[in-house]
Amino acid sequence: MSIIRPYGDTTGDGMVQMSFTLPIAHDKRAEGAAIQLANKMGMDPALVVHAKPMGPDFTFFVVYGPVNHLVDTDKVEVIERDYPLLTPKEVNLSVRKHLRRRLTIVGACIGTDAHTVGIDAIMNIKGFAGEKGLEYYRELKVVNLGAQVAVPELVRRAKAEKADAILVSQVVTQREAHVLNTKEMSAAFREAYAENARPVLVAGGPRFTEQMADELGVDRVFGRGTTPGEVASYLVDALVTKRQPVKRSA
Amino acid sequence: MTRAVKKLDLDPVTVRKARSLARKAGRPIVNLAKQHTTVSVERAVLRLAGLAGADSEGIPWVNRLADTVRADVGLEHGFALPVWDALLRGEAEDLNVLAQKAASGSVTFRLPEGRDAQRARTAARKAAAGGLKLIDGRRRERDRLIKKHGDPEQRPWIYLIVATGDIYEDIPQAQAAARAGADIIAVIRSTGQSLLDYVPEGATREGFAGTYATQENFRLMRAALDESSRELGRYIRLTNYASGLCMPEIATLAGLQRLDMMLNDSMYGILFRDINPIRTFVDQRFSRQIHARAGIIINTGEDNYLTTADAVDAAHTVTVSQLLNEYFAKEAGLEDWQLGLGHAFEITPEIPDSFRMELAHAMLARQLFPDAPLKWMPPTRHMTGDVFRGYLLDGFFNLVGAMTGQGILLVGMMTEAVVTPWISDRDLALQNVRYVLGAAGNLHEDFHPAPDGFIANRARQVLGESIDLLDRIVDEGLLNAIGDGTFGLMKRPQDAGRGLEGVARRSGEYYNPAIELLEEAQ
Repeated sequence: MSIIRPYGDTTGDGMVQMSFTLPIAHDKRAEGAAIQLANKMGMDPALVVHAKPMGPDFTFFVVYGPVNHLVDTDKVEVIERDYPLLTPKEVNLSVRKHLRRRLTIVGACIGTDAHTVGIDAIMNIKGFAGEKGLEYYRELKVVNLGAQVAVPELVRRAKAEKADAILVSQVVTQREAHVLNTKEMSAAFREAYAENARPVLVAGGPRFTEQMADELGVDRVFGRGTTPGEVASYLVDALVTKRQPVKRSA
Repeated sequence: MTRAVKKLDLDPVTVRKARSLARKAGRPIVNLAKQHTTVSVERAVLRLAGLAGADSEGIPWVNRLADTVRADVGLEHGFALPVWDALLRGEAEDLNVLAQKAASGSVTFRLPEGRDAQRARTAARKAAAGGLKLIDGRRRERDRLIKKHGDPEQRPWIYLIVATGDIYEDIPQAQAAARAGADIIAVIRSTGQSLLDYVPEGATREGFAGTYATQENFRLMRAALDESSRELGRYIRLTNYASGLCMPEIATLAGLQRLDMMLNDSMYGILFRDINPIRTFVDQRFSRQIHARAGIIINTGEDNYLTTADAVDAAHTVTVSQLLNEYFAKEAGLEDWQLGLGHAFEITPEIPDSFRMELAHAMLARQLFPDAPLKWMPPTRHMTGDVFRGYLLDGFFNLVGAMTGQGILLVGMMTEAVVTPWISDRDLALQNVRYVLGAAGNLHEDFHPAPDGFIANRARQVLGESIDLLDRIVDEGLLNAIGDGTFGLMKRPQDAGRGLEGVARRSGEYYNPAIELLEEAQ
């Protein structure tokens, strides 16, 4: 069956609940406005089961009703992540089991960018979006160089730490500086290392899109909203699992 | 608050032992703090003396001046002697001009000796005393306004957060939150501010997931909440963060602008921001001395440990940290009523008896610190995005808060970890709090856990584990324990971390007028 509707208590009833706030005072007109919105969203008839003023200028609504839309599951398009999402425990286990040493990650904000928000969200234990940062992972050795790190310094530290991966963040930039900085970084690493010995290069920041990896010369780009778990999972996939295929007997 | 205490039959000898171990563990740290200074402590003295503003690049004049002084004479003597010596030598008519000249390289600083040093000391002391007088005036002003408008009718006080990044958006949101029932407004700082080695200047309109803490933002928000206090007939308190690399300066600015509470944990920066431990302890001591003077209530950050470590296994680390925070706070001059010691409702809900354990932990904190306004933090770790389940969890959190006489209740949002709170989220959350406090606010009168029951036993167990851990910390030293990952699972060695380059061991000539005045008054 590829055509479905929401299920309340009877197959095909299409029942949906929703809640929202309108920026108007609570009166009959406000309730009518809520019904109008629900109707436009495909809910007909819409039943306003709850309306409550929140201060003089806002009203909160809970609305129930059937939606007239049908969903065709055959037409659902999903962009699959090309690496499995692992829990911190699985990341640690995989690194310990297959790499047999800690995986070293060196991170920095390069160029003039002083905004460590991105790199800190991914690396600091405090983390982001309810997920702990990479420092939380026992098997990851995390070196966060902070802000305004020059590319030669980053390369030097990467060598000193024997880095497996480099994370570079660019948040606030002008005149495409984030692109130029990142290209400079990837070129420097390609020059300093033999291609098969080079650390995995990862760039992140709200102004990047995932399709920019080739242009930037990096192995992976993470955009806005990326969580530490996604980065850790990617690194395991790129460095641990793929390099040393899982032995099924283990 | 005293009504809720003495419900657990804790052995007073054990409780005394816990405190004396905390004192033993903390004393070497205090000595260490007294032997060192930091760039931020010294800049705070300049701020206290009235130096404000920033250059055209937005770098504060205190930083410009401090950098030059440090380059000329070093950090180890403190900045007061070289700075006021330069003023007495007639290099500039005031600090502001001196800072500008320092930035342009037209002043050279020296460490004065003999009579010159004595004159510089006297002048610096007078300037710092002027700043403290302003802070004292702010404190009296707060007392007067509380008397006029009144405190909230109920305990716990209701604490709500605003965080738009734009101070001019924060203001109407904060006022709306106060109207809706908030007693305390916290303005979350922009992510990353804790790692800036300067305090941004002026009113700010762009931040990341929060608004920059600046003197002008403090002033604007305090003025707006004074307006709300008048409108609502209760004094609305304002909270910000004295943490990160500029903790002493931000504490000073908070005192000058009459903030009422400051997040100020003894170890948070070390553990969660990888700030050097010595830097943190030195900065923390100074900032707490200022808070003590300013009548500011501090909020500690034990709740954070439970976001990284397991809330059952690590329950005793919260107690240990509370005891340490209490010791450090009192040493710095803070009184019991100023200790908003933190703890949180973070036990995995699926664990059997999780609610009973939460109750046990909260009662233990309440009884160990009977006169402190404990700060009770809502669940975050187990808020999954299922907002309905989250709403129930917050209800149980509120119930523990009501049953155990917590002083400050941070309102939990069912959309935690989903979105920054919507207006409706806040309204629903406050309804939740009001219902629970109304329905069960006096339940503590009837609620006495059985002396040998699960709750009492669990509380005793956590206290026992705390003593074991304190014993270990006393043996190996607190800095080593932090280096080992005892708290929040983070390992932070004392010779690493951010801000280490801004620490120096005090020389024999070291002089800091602010510390001298604060300690005399103590």
